[in-house]
Amino acid sequence: MQRIEGVSKLVGRERYVDDLDLGEHLWGATVRSPVPRGRVTDLRFSAEVDWSEFTIVVHTDVPGDNTVFLLEADQPVLVAEEIRHIHEPIVLLAHPSRDAVRRAAKQVDVGVDPADPYFDFRAAPTAGQLQRGDDNVLKRLEINKGDVGAALAAAAHVVEGVYETGAQEHVYLETQGMVAWVEDGVVCIKGSMQCPYYVAKAAERALGLDREHLRVMHAPTGGGFGGKEEFPSIIAIHTALLAMKSGQTVKMIYERTEDMAATTKRHPSRVRHRTGLDGDGCLLAQDIEVILDGGAYQTLSPVVLSRAIIHAAGPYTCDNVRIVGKAMLTNSVPYGAFRGFGAPQSQFANERHMDVVAGRLSLDPVEFRRRNLIKDGDCTATGQVIDDGTDRVGVMELALARADYFDRRAEHRNFNAQHAYLRRGLGLATFFHGAGFTGAGEVHLASRVMVAGLPDGRVEVLTSSTEMGQGSRTVLTQIAAQRLGYAPVDIVIVDPDTHRVPDSGPTVASRTSMVVGRILDDACAALRQRLGDAELRGDALRAAIAAWHRENPGGRLSAEASYRPPPGVQWDEENYRGEAYGAFAWAAYVAEVEVDLRTYTVRCIGFRAVQEIGRVLNETLARGQIQGGVVQGIGWALLEECMLHEGAMVNNQLTNYVIPTSADVPPIDVIFLENPYEEGALGAKGIGELPLDGPAPALANAVADALGVEPNVIPMTPERMMDLIEGTATHD
Amino acid sequence: MTDSRIEISFTLNRRPVTLRVDPRSRLLDLLRYDLGLPGTKEGCGEGECGACTVHLDGVPVNSCLVPAWQVRDRAVLTIEDTAEAAVERMLDAGTTQCGACTPGVVMTARWLEANPRLLERFSARHLMAGNLCRCTGYDGIIDGIEIPVPDREEA
Amino acid sequence: MRVDLATSFEEALRIKAERSDVVPVAGGTDLLVHWPDAHALQERDWLDLSALTELSHIHFEPDTVVLGALATYWDVIQDQRFRALPLLPAAAATVGSLQIQTRGTWAGNIANASPAADGVPALMVYDAEVQLASTSGRRSVPLADFYHGYKQLEARPEELIESIRVPLRPHDFENFTKVGSRAAQAITKVGMAVAHSAAGWRIVANSMAPTVRRCRTLERLVESGGTVDSPDGLLSAIRADVNPIDDIRSTAAYRERVFSRLLYQTLLPACSSFS
Repeated sequence: MQRIEGVSKLVGRERYVDDLDLGEHLWGATVRSPVPRGRVTDLRFSAEVDWSEFTIVVHTDVPGDNTVFLLEADQPVLVAEEIRHIHEPIVLLAHPSRDAVRRAAKQVDVGVDPADPYFDFRAAPTAGQLQRGDDNVLKRLEINKGDVGAALAAAAHVVEGVYETGAQEHVYLETQGMVAWVEDGVVCIKGSMQCPYYVAKAAERALGLDREHLRVMHAPTGGGFGGKEEFPSIIAIHTALLAMKSGQTVKMIYERTEDMAATTKRHPSRVRHRTGLDGDGCLLAQDIEVILDGGAYQTLSPVVLSRAIIHAAGPYTCDNVRIVGKAMLTNSVPYGAFRGFGAPQSQFANERHMDVVAGRLSLDPVEFRRRNLIKDGDCTATGQVIDDGTDRVGVMELALARADYFDRRAEHRNFNAQHAYLRRGLGLATFFHGAGFTGAGEVHLASRVMVAGLPDGRVEVLTSSTEMGQGSRTVLTQIAAQRLGYAPVDIVIVDPDTHRVPDSGPTVASRTSMVVGRILDDACAALRQRLGDAELRGDALRAAIAAWHRENPGGRLSAEASYRPPPGVQWDEENYRGEAYGAFAWAAYVAEVEVDLRTYTVRCIGFRAVQEIGRVLNETLARGQIQGGVVQGIGWALLEECMLHEGAMVNNQLTNYVIPTSADVPPIDVIFLENPYEEGALGAKGIGELPLDGPAPALANAVADALGVEPNVIPMTPERMMDLIEGTATHD
Repeated sequence: MTDSRIEISFTLNRRPVTLRVDPRSRLLDLLRYDLGLPGTKEGCGEGECGACTVHLDGVPVNSCLVPAWQVRDRAVLTIEDTAEAAVERMLDAGTTQCGACTPGVVMTARWLEANPRLLERFSARHLMAGNLCRCTGYDGIIDGIEIPVPDREEA
Repeated sequence: MRVDLATSFEEALRIKAERSDVVPVAGGTDLLVHWPDAHALQERDWLDLSALTELSHIHFEPDTVVLGALATYWDVIQDQRFRALPLLPAAAATVGSLQIQTRGTWAGNIANASPAADGVPALMVYDAEVQLASTSGRRSVPLADFYHGYKQLEARPEELIESIRVPLRPHDFENFTKVGSRAAQAITKVGMAVAHSAAGWRIVANSMAPTVRRCRTLERLVESGGTVDSPDGLLSAIRADVNPIDDIRSTAAYRERVFSRLLYQTLLPACSSFS
């Protein structure tokens, strides 16, 4: 099935938030903190501006709690006194002229009494830098299985390694944007977002409104990747505050430079591994420490840390595992959700480390993985028994075959021996990704989906799942159409609007097709049940719906379903034991690189991505998810470096923060293996985040193969590669 | 302020237009906010992402880097000129995901399809490098371009 | 902001003579970047040259190519005659993207005076001359002598670039190399253009000094046949010619080392004194 809104996007008809015809309205702008830490002493409004033309909002104008509520009420809507990071919002302005408001924002001077900021999350804070407890630890989590100490002591080999990853900017092509207005006493917010109910819950609390008086609507969203998971709550509340104070419609669209400097990024990480092995190269113990830079507020860091540690030991069998995770509070711009959500960081470390271990044992990395990959009946670090019937070694062997791995390696040996300055290599990563919320998360979410039969016989689908390019509209249409025996044109997906749709949970965590799709499946069954015949399909169903409406004129023929946990799923949140996820997708990626020793540039010249994802619901969309995710991963591994100064990105332009172009990447060869997951919609498992986990370690392993060096820090920029190859130390 | 406005005439999507423009207005702003054609997107404002690509006198340009008054007496084609039939192949190839880069991608692709000889000298991946996409990984974009089979030189 | 829309080059020269602080604009690819926040530029008066078709010519004369001030990168890329000066289309194809190449002009690249300019080294390596015009006359300045320092030009306030003249000489060695942060559409971190003709060796570096710079010490070293047996053998001459810096795009150490390696590998097959 073709993408439903595809033609509309291809001919420029799709209306994003900045494209909406609002009539007369104001433009909003934000005045931000000039320092990373301190106290606001005064605000000086320049005499050169006629401020009577402007709507001005400060923290005292926040009618409810001055907090952007998510997990913890630590982040203010607007700074009252204490500044915790640079670019923190302090004053909001609105004016009919976009140019005027942009200029005026530069005419508000924030007086500050500065304090000592804490930036390097890898080093302990000094006394003057303490801002949370006695160590600035935002969250600490631990997984324990077996006896790591004893196993390490008994191991034939112990191999250690330290791995680091940098921040990554989402670079959704549409920047953050929101409009707000007040209509019949209801504050209405519409904009670019992944999670309308996150925005609604945060805005209700900050604006002091109940659900009836706050309405949040999704506008077509030009990319999210996690960057529009929690951050839109902030810009939504800001825009609403300006609309409430001015009584007019207000639009806020971030400039690219503002968006890059002031919004969330992927958490930087440092992971230490200490691994014990027996004489046959089998894993005996994995002792792992994961540290994330959380930035200045909590945002979703505890949950990112959770996913990071659960994936930190990889898809391997090991009886003794200890994983300690810490997220640090620093004075950097807060880090937040980004596709993969901690798993790319911890699996970069683990997959890179597995190659290092194999190397120390003089084992081929492939053979090492054959011996250690989880087999049915084995269990993960949290003790989750895997028995889904997937042949994980087979997934790897297929990837190797697609890449012609062994022959190509031999060719590369010859090439490298002869070429003056080019070196080629192949690298492998085998990894997994748990879909849906972790542990009991889906139970707590208690997502709901509604369907309704319309008088003309069509069926409406009401969810809060948003379309941001991943294809949720199309896939939900397919699921409903298939279940009801309908043509896709007879399924109507209702635009997410908190006054119309039930809360089907956030559009995150690779959960929409698998989890929401499954609830939709149940809701379709409930609709047929309501009509008294569970077998109704196609024309008969249409006729029954139409007949119902003739008998109940003006009535609403709706049916609802809620999340049902898969049987046998047990999760112990206290001890991090049990079934962390209902299902894992399994993958093996092979990257081929060419390194230029004149310029120290690493190019990806070939990429194979093999994954077992339950069932492919839509081949074009699924392939697009994998290819796009892989290229984001290639960017993270090779090109994308957030240059941080005082905790904020200073290369905050697309000229200086470089993402891959079409000329930077090869075609991405995508192969799907199917092993239907009974609890997922039509057998599907989530795939949205999986492709971020594999590219970075596969590329680093390929560079190691090409050069015989150990690239354990990404991004592998030319400057960093020069230091690694030449043993210089010119680049931090 | 109307005194400082500059009157210009040009051809927009094959129709003549005359209007007064603010001297500080970019072609992108003119299209989006004055002429009601928001199909052309702003992604970066620095000529890097190509989301604002339009055709100016038949060649692709970034409309964020064109002062509005420079289009006087010229011809501008925007994404709104695109027929639905022209994007069928792209629809099947997965050229669009979130859609924010898409109008620019389509405008560059349409130009390549109209100038296929360029593909004898340059790869499609090189020619499309001025259109950043964060969703597709580019395979869907490259596969969506109709590349004609080259004339066979031999027998 | 006032804009004068010049309808002839003579009119443009008159305006520049009367108000030398006007900002001349052709392709706009440098000037319009982040335009909504370019408040200082928005306060200036502007002189639009884009309609002056008399400046968009490219003439091939017997021993010179003349690029009018409005000639774009794309004009050169698609013009097969430039096989005679292959570094010009090669450099042009690395400037920004297609959408920049169709708008950006060679003269604008010279006037903008970025140390990272890609068009300038290709012109400079061919001994191009800048034709300057004002109401009081015309003069010609070798491009290699056109920059006095960062963004400091050998052009008087009332002058505009009218054209660029590039000698057509047979070259037996030509090379243009650009190292950017990615494969396409990148600002140059390290760049060089190298050529050899009857006029001798020319070596030009960009992103290695406050201006694009002809490297005369390196040229003398190569010309003299002094032995060079490794990239490091070039370092003292490189240090005499250029002085790269750390900035947001790269480091001085990277630039110097990579420049030495690229230049060594480039000259190795062409110079018997390199081993």
